Amino acid sequence: MFYREAGDFKTSYRADSQTFPIRLDRMGFWAAMLIAYAVVPFVIDDYWANAVFVPFLIYAIAAIGLNILVGFAGQVSLGTGGFMAVGAYAVYKLMTAFPEVPFFFHVILAGGVTACVGVLFGLPSLRIKGFYLAVATLAAQFFLVWLFNKVPWFYNYSASGQITAPDRTMLGIYITGAQTSAVAKYLFCLVILTLVALVARNLTRGTVGRKWMAIRDMDIAAEIIGVNPLTAKVTAFAVSSFFIGIAGALLFSVYLGAAEVGEAFGINKSFLVLFMVIIGGLGSIFGSFAGAAFLVLLPVFLKNVLVGAFGWPTDVAAHLELMIVGALIILFLIVEPHGLAQLWRIAKEKLRLWPFPH
Amino acid sequence: MTDQLLYAAEAALNGLMAGVMYALVALGFVLIYKSSGVFNYAQGVLALFAALTLVGIQKGQVPFAHLINAMTGGHLETFPWQVPALLAILLTAGVMVGMALIIEKLVLKHLVNQAPIILFMATIGLAYFLEGFGDVMWGADIKTLDVGLPQGINETIESVTDSLLGYGFFIDNLDIVASIVAVLLVAALTLFSQYSKQGRALRAVADDHQAALSVGISLRFIWVLVWSIAGFVALVAGIMWGSKSGVQFSLSLIALKALPVLMLGGFTSIPGAIVGGLIIGMGEKLFEFWIGPLIGGATENWFAYVLALLFLVFRPQGLFGERIIERV
Repeated sequence: MFYREAGDFKTSYRADSQTFPIRLDRMGFWAAMLIAYAVVPFVIDDYWANAVFVPFLIYAIAAIGLNILVGFAGQVSLGTGGFMAVGAYAVYKLMTAFPEVPFFFHVILAGGVTACVGVLFGLPSLRIKGFYLAVATLAAQFFLVWLFNKVPWFYNYSASGQITAPDRTMLGIYITGAQTSAVAKYLFCLVILTLVALVARNLTRGTVGRKWMAIRDMDIAAEIIGVNPLTAKVTAFAVSSFFIGIAGALLFSVYLGAAEVGEAFGINKSFLVLFMVIIGGLGSIFGSFAGAAFLVLLPVFLKNVLVGAFGWPTDVAAHLELMIVGALIILFLIVEPHGLAQLWRIAKEKLRLWPFPH
Repeated sequence: MTDQLLYAAEAALNGLMAGVMYALVALGFVLIYKSSGVFNYAQGVLALFAALTLVGIQKGQVPFAHLINAMTGGHLETFPWQVPALLAILLTAGVMVGMALIIEKLVLKHLVNQAPIILFMATIGLAYFLEGFGDVMWGADIKTLDVGLPQGINETIESVTDSLLGYGFFIDNLDIVASIVAVLLVAALTLFSQYSKQGRALRAVADDHQAALSVGISLRFIWVLVWSIAGFVALVAGIMWGSKSGVQFSLSLIALKALPVLMLGGFTSIPGAIVGGLIIGMGEKLFEFWIGPLIGGATENWFAYVLALLFLVFRPQGLFGERIIERV
């Protein structure tokens, strides 16, 4: 009834190839944007910002980044935590070295630094494929974490070995440090996420994205039809690491405020982001959002139910949470291996036909 | 010989022993990967779970005591008995077989024909689940595991090397036992897969799933079998690592130590797992010994990975892995 192409006429190529071809989708998108930009900032408080919204926004950026590498270019990476650490330490060094530069540029530059590191660790992907590559990216994970732990220059020789985000403002408003308001954190991350999603969406539906997908589907065949595997794989690693670096920078500076590399950017972070991508849906920008939302909300929900409602001790609740998360992941993979994005696609197909069965 | 060389030789020997321990974990990976194409990340957690179960049975702990206490407010701790080590090991092996059955029935059966990455993610999910499950079942505190294996410095080796070279080598008895067990295990596995009916079926499945199915081999039975064997290997690894450094969460991280071993040796080769383990074990100890002090130490976490990565650039299928043939 509502969800139809019928009557939604396209009179230009531009309109025909837009991201949301159906009017209801476009309305839904603008409604979501309106709520995100004009409603949430007025109702958000510290708890919601710190427990749900800010981590969701940051992990969505990381998930989009990893999805480009794994979902679009087909190169499985387990080094996400290490690359996020690069972003975090890059932004820390930039913030402390150039305090007068607006914080936004620090974040972007940190992404750039991470992209360079990502390219370096992505080069072996030309020789190594499949699981061998996945395990090889663990080399990045462990080496980078060790590096940031052992070389005092990276944490400015601080006694604790931790990095702490200094107070930085943008347009006179605190973005990092203890005086930052929940709204500022939220809006800053939201703006960056919007930009990232926009860039990612447009990259993946253009030439670059098609090259990535050709490489993913079969790299030798792609090479034969004229896709240069070197540029395709290296750009995938670069773009992906750029986004992941931004996510790491934000995670450290805006969300955590202080970080110890082994704890904040360990192997578990790599798996967490990979889970977001898989549960959300490989090769789907929407899926990255859905996966990030799901895995950020799930622990909050479980904690509230197990500790809050049942009153169980926190350690039992933590173990049960592990079990439930593990079981849910398996369940998800069994029921819908293509992720939440696929469920959404199926729902839309059904809606188009509704109320007729065929 | 100079002292430096002697120390290096000792480090290398200890590295070889550590490599055997890595190889024990890597073996479980190879077995499952070969026969079902599943890259089983949960192998390390399986070892942890096996060790936890073994300690729990041995000490007569009440399973889920913590959870039951939380729900009913009771004070259950242990049963009034202790189980002898051998019986406890047998019971734990039984538990691991039961677990293989459950994993096949609940997880693998439903994931036939999925992409390898999906299966891999499923095993990570399994690892999370088992980690939580083991903690809920037996408690998360650090436990000591003692099944009567000899521990401590081997005095014979020390005195012999002392009299010959003027410097006594420090070799742990437990490492020697682990090496012997590993050799026996590999021999047993090789004999099993070469000469028994089930072993041949296993190799057939490893070669080609569909061809194996068409000659009447039950894939599901083979999967249960291979996960049981992997569970048993995990139990052996769990006993060795548990006796060495206590049973605790970090035990599951040995899976991460086994991965570069696999890369180096090839995902599909049992001898590769052993040789890879030896190379990695010795390499990282020597690197830590010579280069480590120059760059801040604690290089063991990443050296194995970087070594394997560099090696793979030249030989993408590992030392003994099957040649990767790509067709369009």
